[in-house]
Amino acid sequence: MIPVSLIESTAETLMDKAAIEIPQDYLDGLKAASKTEDGDLSSFVLKAMLDNYAAAKEDRRAMCGDTGVPRWFVKMGNEARIEGGPVALEAALRRATANATTGIPLRPNRVHPLWRTDHNNNVGIGAPEIEYGFEPEGDWIDLITVHKGGLFGTDYRMLFPSDGIQGIRRFYLDSLMAFGKRGLACQPAIIGIGLGGSKDTCMVLGKRAATLRTVGSRNSDPRIAEMEDEFRELGNSIGMGAMGFVGKNMVIDCNIEVGYCHTGGMQMSVHAFCLSSRRAVARIWPDGRVEHRTDPDWFTDYQRREGVEWEPALEAAE
Amino acid sequence: MSLREVVLSTTPTAEAIADLRLGDIVYLDGLIYTAREGVYMRALEENANIPMELPAESSANFHCSPAAVIREDGSFDLGAVTATASFRFAKWLPEWMARTGARLIIGKGGMSSKDYREYFVPNGAVYLSTVGYGTGALLGRGVETVEAVHWHEELGIAQAMWVIRARRMGPFIVASDLTGACLFERENALIEQNIERVYEGTRPAVMRRYGETDDRSDEIIG
Repeated sequence: MIPVSLIESTAETLMDKAAIEIPQDYLDGLKAASKTEDGDLSSFVLKAMLDNYAAAKEDRRAMCGDTGVPRWFVKMGNEARIEGGPVALEAALRRATANATTGIPLRPNRVHPLWRTDHNNNVGIGAPEIEYGFEPEGDWIDLITVHKGGLFGTDYRMLFPSDGIQGIRRFYLDSLMAFGKRGLACQPAIIGIGLGGSKDTCMVLGKRAATLRTVGSRNSDPRIAEMEDEFRELGNSIGMGAMGFVGKNMVIDCNIEVGYCHTGGMQMSVHAFCLSSRRAVARIWPDGRVEHRTDPDWFTDYQRREGVEWEPALEAAE
Repeated sequence: MSLREVVLSTTPTAEAIADLRLGDIVYLDGLIYTAREGVYMRALEENANIPMELPAESSANFHCSPAAVIREDGSFDLGAVTATASFRFAKWLPEWMARTGARLIIGKGGMSSKDYREYFVPNGAVYLSTVGYGTGALLGRGVETVEAVHWHEELGIAQAMWVIRARRMGPFIVASDLTGACLFERENALIEQNIERVYEGTRPAVMRRYGETDDRSDEIIG
């Protein structure tokens, strides 16, 4: 049984880490970008960002004033049991979100969409979002918080099989161009692309591709992995850098996730995870151990399974 | 080309503003106030009295809301500070400038050159862009004190009018000048020369959308 008090205290620590500490994979990606950047303005911007990450850690202050919209991804091993059940878990995550908002402090970004009223704590109707995933083995739970910022850099389009790969390329370029000008997307970013599913799940796939995969990770399908490399280079060949200034670095990495879709369609979404790619992860075991990391490791073979049954489970039963 | 660094007062002289060039890196000294849609609506549409002496105290309007909290004892804890996209406030800015004498508009992404020509230049104002975006920790370090937070009960912490004392706060980038030139549009024009090559082989989607354009020189602001 995993104690709910440990979930709440770990969640508060994760809120703090996400807001303040840039994940190492993204930092390494941005450092590599700053070495190749030769546009004078875009170079200056990347250097300032690297200084900013250091300042945030040193002062223990949020790396960006727009601290995004905190959300949670919870992944549970099949044997995990939580004290108080899922309702207690959700209450703990809502409390941690509210406490961290005043504790760090974060900007209380969340407001009612119509009345613009808020509780000054990033909690409200449907906020923070809490999404779930499961793994066939383990008695642990993974808590993942993502504080995705930005009103820009995301788009969706219903494409069709006849649009083909060239249609995918064009919508990708259109999204980068439209939101990259003036740096609205806060690039260079991790770009996530969702392909297939339905309109809603396509958006979810793209968002998770951007926020739950690290720089340098590759899709397990080798042909998709090739597309990821190609799209990363394509984005960086536009000639646009940080803030929309002339430059070579627009895409720190491109991650693509797919889901089976209607036979007539080819849904596509594009998401930009900004210069403040805030994510933090911890695994909690029933014996009280907590292990922190920055790779959500969300897209396992189980998450991407294709068949009716989970094959390893069948093999074990035989 | 190396970039020029300038330290600027938030109640700058006309000469100091005229001296700024596109792409200069600016650090600010003095009082800065935040004002975005909440403040504009309250001051301009509901005609509430602006709770500061403007522009005597400050002519620097920051499109921002900080990551900050007002403690129970009334003190402030301000962490990071970054801008929000300014183009959404074009509707209120001409009247705001006329009412407050704002000369430094600070935010994210700048305005169009049309905005600069129509009401920035006639008011002797320029646009300073934050850097990144998201040098929130660096800008937070430049805040010496929070002098006041106005209208936080009416507008909430994110939309309130924060008055902060800046000491060498920055970096910012000069994104417009007194000729009405726009740094971002200058960069767009340079990048556009390459666009045809990048798009080579791609095709428009088989199902079009209302209002769609294939003109890559278009922008989505304005």
